[in-house]
Amino acid sequence: MADTKELINALSTKHGVERRSLLPILQGIVEKENYLSKESMLEVAKVLDISAAEVYGTASFFSFLDTKERGQYVIRVCKSMTCDMKGKEEILSTIESVLKIKLGETTQDKKFSFLETNCLGLCEEGPAMLINDDYFVKLTPAKIREILDRYLRNEI
Amino acid sequence: MTQKPKKVDIIFSPYSVAPYQILKDTMKRSKEEVIAELISSGLRGRGGAGFPTGMKWKFAAEQKGSVKYVICNADEGEPGTFKDRKLLMSVPRKVISGMAICAWVTGSTQGFIYLRREYKYLVTELQKEIDIFTHHSKEVGLNFNLQIFLGAGAYVCGEETALIESMEGKRGEPRNKPPYPIQNGFLGKPTVVNNVETFASASMVCRIGAIEYKKFGTSDQRGSKLFSISGDSPKEGVFELELGMSVESFVSEFGDGDTKAVQVGGVAGFCVPRKDFAKAIIGDGNTTGGSTMIFNSSRSMYRVLHNYLDFYAEESCGQCTPCRIGCQQLLKGIEAVKKGEKPAEYLDQLLKLSESMRLTSKCGLGQSVTNSFSSIVTNFREEMIF
Repeated sequence: MADTKELINALSTKHGVERRSLLPILQGIVEKENYLSKESMLEVAKVLDISAAEVYGTASFFSFLDTKERGQYVIRVCKSMTCDMKGKEEILSTIESVLKIKLGETTQDKKFSFLETNCLGLCEEGPAMLINDDYFVKLTPAKIREILDRYLRNEI
Repeated sequence: MTQKPKKVDIIFSPYSVAPYQILKDTMKRSKEEVIAELISSGLRGRGGAGFPTGMKWKFAAEQKGSVKYVICNADEGEPGTFKDRKLLMSVPRKVISGMAICAWVTGSTQGFIYLRREYKYLVTELQKEIDIFTHHSKEVGLNFNLQIFLGAGAYVCGEETALIESMEGKRGEPRNKPPYPIQNGFLGKPTVVNNVETFASASMVCRIGAIEYKKFGTSDQRGSKLFSISGDSPKEGVFELELGMSVESFVSEFGDGDTKAVQVGGVAGFCVPRKDFAKAIIGDGNTTGGSTMIFNSSRSMYRVLHNYLDFYAEESCGQCTPCRIGCQQLLKGIEAVKKGEKPAEYLDQLLKLSESMRLTSKCGLGQSVTNSFSSIVTNFREEMIF
């Protein structure tokens, strides 16, 4: 918690303490802590002098501001129509079997979270996914295994 | 023999002049002349709403006050659209030139590129280009500070007032219009919000002139437009095409020979069935960002519609009832008909509901659901039932 406080102080020094600073501050927390904990949202409310409900209300609106605990690597598989046509289902089942978690879950060691997302804008090269900020396209089950293997062996 | 779509090479052509030469040359003219040139070019917003760009800039220039903002809307979220990503990756200088020209004619000193969170990997290269721009803008004496603002993942933030709300640190819920952003935008100040492609096109109009630019397209839709083509096509990708082509000519060029339907304008657009290919025109106000998804006869149109409605139910901001409840009910409704829990006639009720949503929803999101819903349910009714 002391770390979170320090982080929020640093972020508010960088981005300011106005209402418009809220999104960059929340994004900064997610970058470091993978998600927005209740404690971090309360602290942001205090620093910006707004209601905690405002902070939660804003955070929960956006799909990249998770308010549920997430792993170090968040996998987001595109579920748009084009990626669906190109074999998204097979990609999902491969990830499930490699990581042994279901869609929406996080591995026990808190390394991976596995989510779906709306259009990633990589349609011409689908199926596509993001792992944190990096994108992967033209996915096949074999390619997925290879990518996840690199992450599992910390070779990224 | 159907006519082939006419390919154009303006927007993606390599930089032909020194960095920010277009800006420098444009600034030698009068601001009024530049606005008049843009108006005469017939350029309309490329994000979807299609508002004449020159008029928008003119209104913004006429606004009183010393603080004005220029925002580039790079919150490209329409399913099947990826042209803005390609633009920002390959010719960001044209986009920034357009923004800078806009800042100069409207009297703005602060600009933002609102980049969707999904495209965060573009930030590093884009920032490098912004640094190059900053260097050149000082040279010509243009005071325009440009920053990237990263979105946080919400389709509705592509709507300009929702985008502004999110920049102000709030939920991305669209505002009532009027007032429009050019009157009352970011932090209550006059704000020009234009799509990535619009800024790039504006800088191209400034380079080649309205007369040359007007040679492309139809009398209603001037110039060229980027199309993001995906689905059952051997030629997926972004193509710059003249506006005003028929779906038939589009399919003959980009289809796989077995095209059953084309979704024109993304999920917010229309689904054109094979029987209408000859009469349907792409570019007549239906391009919404230029997303075109091609489906061949192996595709279930029920699955397509289900995917769209699932998307809408998730991305509706929830602010107004017709859209929030309507999207969920349409989704539940088609599931019930498919399972046989509701009779086929229930689809007619759902069509009425989607029409009510068009009439009563607050913003374009809820108003557009009926476009794909009614075009799919009407043309592929049997697939919804059996």
